[in-house]
Amino acid sequence: MSSTDLHESSKPSPQDAQQTRPSKDQLTHQAHTQATSNSHSHNSHSHNSHPNTIHPTNSHASSHDPSSHDPRFPLAVHDLTVAYHRKPVLWNVDLDIAPATLTAVVGPNGAGKSTLLKAALGLLPIAGGFVRFWGTDLKSQRNRVAYVPQRESVDWDFPVTALDVVTMGLYGRIGWLMPVRKKHRDLARHALDRVGLADFASRQIRQLSGGQQQRVFLARALAQEADLYLMDEPFAAVDAATEEAIVSLLRDLRAHGKSAVVVHHDLETVPDYFDHAILLNHRLIAYGPVDRAFTHENLRTTYGGRLTLLETAAESLASSSKPSPQR
Amino acid sequence: MTLNTDTIWMLVIGMLAAVACAIPGSLLVMRRLSLLGDAISHAVLPGLVAGFLLSGSRSGEMMFLGAVVAGVLTAFLTETLRRSARVDEDASLGIVFTSLFAIGLILIVNFADRVDLDPSCVLYGMLETAPLRTITILDLEIPRAALWLAICLIVNAVIIILLFKELRITSFDPQLADVQGYSSRAMHYLLTTMTAVTTVAAFESVGSILVVAMLVVPAAAAHLLCDRLGPLVFLASLLAAMSAILGQWFAIDVMRLLGQPSVNIAGSTATATGFIFLIALIASPRHGLLTRLWYRLRLAVRIAREDALGELIRAEESHAPAFTRHALFARVDASSLIRSIAMRSLIARSEIQIQPAVEPSTNRSSDRVILLENGRRRAVELLRSHRLWETYLTDRAQLAADHTHDSAHRLEHVHIDPQTLASEAGHPTRDPHDKPIP
Repeated sequence: MSSTDLHESSKPSPQDAQQTRPSKDQLTHQAHTQATSNSHSHNSHSHNSHPNTIHPTNSHASSHDPSSHDPRFPLAVHDLTVAYHRKPVLWNVDLDIAPATLTAVVGPNGAGKSTLLKAALGLLPIAGGFVRFWGTDLKSQRNRVAYVPQRESVDWDFPVTALDVVTMGLYGRIGWLMPVRKKHRDLARHALDRVGLADFASRQIRQLSGGQQQRVFLARALAQEADLYLMDEPFAAVDAATEEAIVSLLRDLRAHGKSAVVVHHDLETVPDYFDHAILLNHRLIAYGPVDRAFTHENLRTTYGGRLTLLETAAESLASSSKPSPQR
Repeated sequence: MTLNTDTIWMLVIGMLAAVACAIPGSLLVMRRLSLLGDAISHAVLPGLVAGFLLSGSRSGEMMFLGAVVAGVLTAFLTETLRRSARVDEDASLGIVFTSLFAIGLILIVNFADRVDLDPSCVLYGMLETAPLRTITILDLEIPRAALWLAICLIVNAVIIILLFKELRITSFDPQLADVQGYSSRAMHYLLTTMTAVTTVAAFESVGSILVVAMLVVPAAAAHLLCDRLGPLVFLASLLAAMSAILGQWFAIDVMRLLGQPSVNIAGSTATATGFIFLIALIASPRHGLLTRLWYRLRLAVRIAREDALGELIRAEESHAPAFTRHALFARVDASSLIRSIAMRSLIARSEIQIQPAVEPSTNRSSDRVILLENGRRRAVELLRSHRLWETYLTDRAQLAADHTHDSAHRLEHVHIDPQTLASEAGHPTRDPHDKPIP
């Protein structure tokens, strides 16, 4: 069963169909005005008519979403559906990440936040929709995209030093069968210096504190000198100093025109740290500038509101032989 | 060590097999896939039988090929099962290799009854007779096993040198590897194929126990001694080679010295590698048991010393009479060995002095313990630390005042900057029990 079968109203609206590619001036305008999942119009008046209201049935973009192929958007996610063992985890998610923005991904546990990043990076199979990086697929843009996985995703007893780990950020540039050279190690050392760990370069990674381990991961992404950073909970269980260091690095990246999409758990700091927020609970609840998308109402929908019908459908998809109750 | 053509060849074959296994083994152990080799060495059975049935002869290339295919199939099926169904890595390994092994047994019983599959051969191999099965290349007559294993070792070494970076990133962080365009799945299958080929090549001459031992044990021992993957692989290979030498020396020469018949070399080598691991476990400078024991002992002595000083200064503060050595001993909560080491160390640091005395009525020793200037300075620091902690715990951590003593008693031994502690506690002058803070 494809993802589009689940939604009857997936036809593009006439309004969407009329949209043309945005001009250069409109692009930044769009990025900052596009709020909440329902508004895919570039007309800012539409926000006044639907201020942050949620229309879940209308939450997917038209097939003529102009940003999907726009080379200026670091990341465009279109109608993305991802399933684990046939049970959908993400439903019809649409996003456009503009250049020079910091975006938080928030939502309850198991809402599909990490899944969103992994699916965008091709680490998980996609059941429907597509993902574009600068208007094209990841293969040709690999070196421009840095991924910071969750700290628990690797084995910290592995026999590598902090410098070895940071050097791994450069492997994409070094290429198959080519050795790691001194200039690569120097770049890695510089990245370690930027996160304040220059003195820890030759430590085996188990001998670092949790915050230091997280900073090593960050240094690895920095070494890559990417333009888009996808980070999975970099703030999880870090000390105050590390948190500050990460925030200032993120701001530094933004100042250099780079974007970051960060899975984040601490709701209190979202307005302070980020420009944009993605509110996710299996489907996209809201997306846009923090002041528009990160509202009490949207948060309540994200963390409290349950769409029982969708959950039932997901359960029945998981038990594969049964037909979907929607059909 | 007895050396003649046969024993030299046996040694060469044993070392080649050991090192050839240690290379992929290092990566398997670091990936927490140690038992893949064990599974493969069992699961190759249907492949061996199928190769035998297809070619109609034993020890042919078809058997080798069949075994390698079965080995790779084990890894492939395990991985597929893990990905597509909700089965853990170890469970899917258990399912696949037992099924394949059972199929192999059925094939043997029903179609290849003539194969004399000696269980002890499978377990211990035939290293002792390996030099006799020779092959002639370039007018040189060399044992077939030596040739196969040498090729296998060279291929393994070349792979790990050329693809070191790729194997390292896909082992440590497969997701990052995939994002960077290094297929973690391709590397997984490369490693699995390496393991399967090596296992099959080493299997016949050294047997399955030694194969599994060489895949796992040298790498595990090297991990106790190395912090980087490159040196680890090198050291694991070295330890594997050492085990082969040690094993053969023990099996032949030591046994003869003891007047015993020689024992199986493969078994002896597997034992030797276990012995090497044990030494690494005990004596490793960073992770070894001795190191840990030493640090624990030092800590226990320091705590006992500090506790004794604390008792002495508190007695002085309340103008109690000086402690006798026995009374002080009784107040310090540690084993008698730790207590006497602590006491000696206090005297050696001239923090306390013992004033000999004898109780006249009982004629028993009643040595007095005198706090010296060095000791008093240290004791005041400790007392200050203890009371600051108590204040901190009541004011900041919101602990009830009567709950703080035990925690503070432990925390006072933690080396922490006194300035920081004082400012965190809010520069108090009296502790929660209204005792002055020095």
